[in-house]
Amino acid sequence: MDATPVPVPAISVDRLVKIYGQTTAVGGISFDLRPGTITGLLGGNGAGKSTTIAVIMGLLTPTSGTVRVLGAEMPRQRYQVLHRMNFESPYVDMPMRLTVRQNLRVFGELYGVADLPARIAQLAADLELRELLDRPVGKLSAGQKTRVSVAKSLINNPEVLLLDEPTASLDPDTADWVRGHLERYCHGRNATVLLASHNMSEVERLCERVIMMKKGLIVDDDTPQRLLARYGREDLEEVFLDIARGRGKARELVS
Amino acid sequence: MEFSLRRVAAMVRRYWYLLRSSWPRILDLIYWPMVQMLMWGFLQTYIQQNAGFFVQAGGVFIGAVLLWDILFRGQLGFSISFLEEMYARNLGNIMMSPLRPAEFIAALMTMSVIRLAIGMVPVTLMAIAFFGFNLWSLGLALAAFFMNLMLTSWAIGILVAGLLLRNGLGAETLAWTFMFLLLPLCCVYYPVSVLPMWLQWIAWALPPTYVFEGMRALLIDHVFRADLMLQALTLNAVLFAAGCIAFAVLLRSARRQGTLLQTGE
Repeated sequence: MDATPVPVPAISVDRLVKIYGQTTAVGGISFDLRPGTITGLLGGNGAGKSTTIAVIMGLLTPTSGTVRVLGAEMPRQRYQVLHRMNFESPYVDMPMRLTVRQNLRVFGELYGVADLPARIAQLAADLELRELLDRPVGKLSAGQKTRVSVAKSLINNPEVLLLDEPTASLDPDTADWVRGHLERYCHGRNATVLLASHNMSEVERLCERVIMMKKGLIVDDDTPQRLLARYGREDLEEVFLDIARGRGKARELVS
Repeated sequence: MEFSLRRVAAMVRRYWYLLRSSWPRILDLIYWPMVQMLMWGFLQTYIQQNAGFFVQAGGVFIGAVLLWDILFRGQLGFSISFLEEMYARNLGNIMMSPLRPAEFIAALMTMSVIRLAIGMVPVTLMAIAFFGFNLWSLGLALAAFFMNLMLTSWAIGILVAGLLLRNGLGAETLAWTFMFLLLPLCCVYYPVSVLPMWLQWIAWALPPTYVFEGMRALLIDHVFRADLMLQALTLNAVLFAAGCIAFAVLLRSARRQGTLLQTGE
């Protein structure tokens, strides 16, 4: 008998359904994410990725099904775990008139970060923000703002990190730099990451597992390598197109 | 995690950083109360010169306008701080953080007092200089008036914040106009007895009515009506609890409808 304990999932989604009026945004999906893994959540517009992430963050109540993060049911028990999670998304902004340092201080205090000046100094060094610390966020370039958003998302050393299009609207060099930093953080901290992205090279580089969604359902779920092999494609973009257009061989899945 | 003063202070710091970085925001706090005070002060001066009654009732208009501004600007200070999060698209960051709704509300209440102090203290000093009306000389009565007016302004601010969460910036107009619904009903510039009987019932259901009646009793009859203040306090307790319950219900509804993510129009 194998006595190896099965790790408790960092994120557990069980038969999640979210319906708005007559529209089913998520139609009953289930998946578990092991601690310390980076997983991509892919799908076209309206596939249900953002809704799924919003429920995981506790911003949205599911119509049915359960979502647990670090063992706490969301959103009912969210205050047990919110200080251990964080997120980054282009759909929210940092207050523009506050300086980078002021923003990081406010969020650090909200998350109860110990020795906050040292943490801000460390993030400023890691993310090359030292020169920007006393500048208002509104005066920064898009790439600099993204680095500040990443700093905010890491201020509390989160165990669970939700990233919604973390490199959207960045030039390739800055995007690559941000990916590299996130990759180092996640492996160094053994953090669990769920990454929603339309950038397939980003997903191929960062993720060890890819969950494909379409019309509110999971249509495939595997490692990038196995997806490429099964669809007979050379990159995930082609796999994405196959799935979006109903071609190819999705694995038998029960969402 | 229990209620955290550190998180409340963090939010107050966030609004303070914003306020001090923007002189138009600070100017706006003083500008309208000053204009109101001067307009009503000069009107009162004119009436005093022409009507014996108002000589006896010195300061009634200017006192009313200053107390009305405490009520109106108290609510506005609460609501504008909340709106700043929506304008800045920062609400997602706030709602995803460990900040609890009660802490958020406490921070907004604190900011409404800070904003009010920035606006009202200079204006009350100007009222002394221009018209010889010293609001501060009301002493303990002023404290009772202030406490009751602030409780009402917070209760309405909390309700408006809930409506903004549930309905997005489409409900923004409420933040600016809600209090004006109360202006004719809570008898700021005239006694309740002026109203038709059926409206008097409504007027007496509103806590600020007791404050403005109490102010007139103090300035005209030189009597402090503690009974009115206690009645106002009782009504305020009910109103504040109702505001908090409405906020909780609207927040829950916003989580169901997904409007926390779509705080635009």
